[in-house]
Amino acid sequence: MERSEAEIITAVLAGDAASFELLVQKYSPRVFATARRYARRESEIEDIAQEVWLKAFDKLKSFRGEAPFEHWLMRMAVRTCYDFLRGHQRNRESSFSELSEPEDDWLERFAVAPESVSDRADAAKLLIGRVLEKLSPEARLVITLLEIEDRSVKEIAELTGWSAPLVKVRAFRARSEMKKILARMAKEKYL
Amino acid sequence: MNLPELHKKLITAARATTPDERVPYAFEKRITTLIKARGATQTVTSWVQGLWRAALPCVAIAIVCIAWAFFTPDASSASTSDDLSQNFDSTLLASVDSSDPNP
Repeated sequence: MERSEAEIITAVLAGDAASFELLVQKYSPRVFATARRYARRESEIEDIAQEVWLKAFDKLKSFRGEAPFEHWLMRMAVRTCYDFLRGHQRNRESSFSELSEPEDDWLERFAVAPESVSDRADAAKLLIGRVLEKLSPEARLVITLLEIEDRSVKEIAELTGWSAPLVKVRAFRARSEMKKILARMAKEKYL
Repeated sequence: MNLPELHKKLITAARATTPDERVPYAFEKRITTLIKARGATQTVTSWVQGLWRAALPCVAIAIVCIAWAFFTPDASSASTSDDLSQNFDSTLLASVDSSDPNP
């Protein structure tokens, strides 16, 4: 008979560390998907996921069971990703001069006729990846959660631990930061 | 260049990309092994941390004792009968004192 999540958590808290494996198995796909939003290298993604699970094990006592375990875990995952972003800001200052040929081509076609280029193109996906890498950790987190994952301010506040007004302020700053980066990209390419 | 439109297009491109949910082979085994290994090292670490924490109060107590011994008035200037250490010494060694008149 399959054990319920509450039973598994109780067993882990009672000292049965092996039961934790069941939780890792069940929720790792979501943790990895979240980590892949913020890190590119597979080794970094694995490090983030590992840290999330070790933190989850250490803090399992604080899980009260009021909200689903998945929500509690995702909060931990988002905060770990944010810590990762703060620790890895190496690509923020690089220029847009080393864009690949498809990216260059996509941008040129966009400059000529914005409505004609596809937003499903691989080049556009690569380009947004580059732009996101240049954002500050706060801005990247907010843009990802608010605009890409389409979450509400309340949800973001719960995930990040920030207050709702702070999320709004950071969202405003993130949008203006992104606008500046896009302007810089356009200037570097066409001036 | 139309920047608001570029922003919109790029965000739409990002939304169209669903992150991969692939998990490395036996990842859960790796986590449980790490947790078990950490449990053993944590015991040693907590002992080491505890000993390091205890070291500072020990040094502080030693300094206070040395200062107390150094700055207290000279015991030899007081009368011998009032000397606590002398009294303690003679009480402790009373049974083995060779000058004891009743062996």
